[in-house]
Amino acid sequence: MNFRLPGLTAFLCAALLALSGCASIITRGEPASRNARKAADRKPAPDFELKDVHGRTIRLSEYRGQVVLLNFWATWCGPCKIEIPWFVEFQRTFKDRGFTVIGVSVDEDGWDAVRPFLAARQVNYPVVISTPEVEMKYGGVEALPMSFLIDREGRIASTHVGLVTKKTYEEEIRQLLD
Amino acid sequence: MKKKSASCWISLLSALLAAPAAAQSQQILTLQEPQKVVVPRQEEVRIPLKATIRPGYHANSDKPSEDYLIPLRLTWDAQGPLQPVEIIYPKPKFEKFAFTEKPIAVIDGDFEIVTRFRRPPNAMPGPALLAGKLRYQACNDRMCFPPKTVEVKVPLILQ
Repeated sequence: MNFRLPGLTAFLCAALLALSGCASIITRGEPASRNARKAADRKPAPDFELKDVHGRTIRLSEYRGQVVLLNFWATWCGPCKIEIPWFVEFQRTFKDRGFTVIGVSVDEDGWDAVRPFLAARQVNYPVVISTPEVEMKYGGVEALPMSFLIDREGRIASTHVGLVTKKTYEEEIRQLLD
Repeated sequence: MKKKSASCWISLLSALLAAPAAAQSQQILTLQEPQKVVVPRQEEVRIPLKATIRPGYHANSDKPSEDYLIPLRLTWDAQGPLQPVEIIYPKPKFEKFAFTEKPIAVIDGDFEIVTRFRRPPNAMPGPALLAGKLRYQACNDRMCFPPKTVEVKVPLILQ
């Protein structure tokens, strides 16, 4: 029997990685963070174009040159509600240094659920409603909150799934702004 | 060399085949397959639905303590062979998590939802199928998972 099938090996390895990746978040159930300190290791953040609460188009690529905290969240997500006041504070503190948060809500009820939530919490950064296509571009939204910190060149510098500390975010934002 | 290569392939294939099974067994909520229920003539029946939530996770109860939380909800097809009279959800636990200021009403571990059904007078005797949906939204202490709907099917024998 000949086992030297490099093409098939590569395919099987890729399939295995994909399958194990699918199960990863739920299997671990712990906050997962990936922090690419080296700029060379960072991958481009997939672009998208979605409307905000005022009907304005938010296009991620238009924020090139700024540090962006892209946060997938939902009104029914308790841990997300802990982070949102931090993000409001970051927006206020770092906006003038070329920083913005962009919230991407995955609420099935769309603006009906999100609009009152934003008003009640005085959210001061752009928020859009997600689509399945955008979620796919970011690897699927298996768990919330899920955040991507994007550098000034539009590359993903770090990824967080689950509730992490305010200090973690703040340190990473400062590093990318400096 | 060939032996080593073969064992490498066997390991890879085993892992590949095991991955979907592992993913499935790692579901947060597992529904126990309902057993066939014999429904006597002109009688009310109570049908339990048994489920398990993975350790370390919880789902919101049917009456969550906060407005923003998505409740546990069992619904039955309106055109089913039996008429649901009452759905009795499990008694919730009140637990505090990293993301809550006070304890919230949740369910975890093994639980049972019981539905009381009435048999319509014109129900034809013979085999039938009850169909419903169980919707839940789960979290652990640090993260939440999008709401999920699980199909429920209960085989019946109407006497």
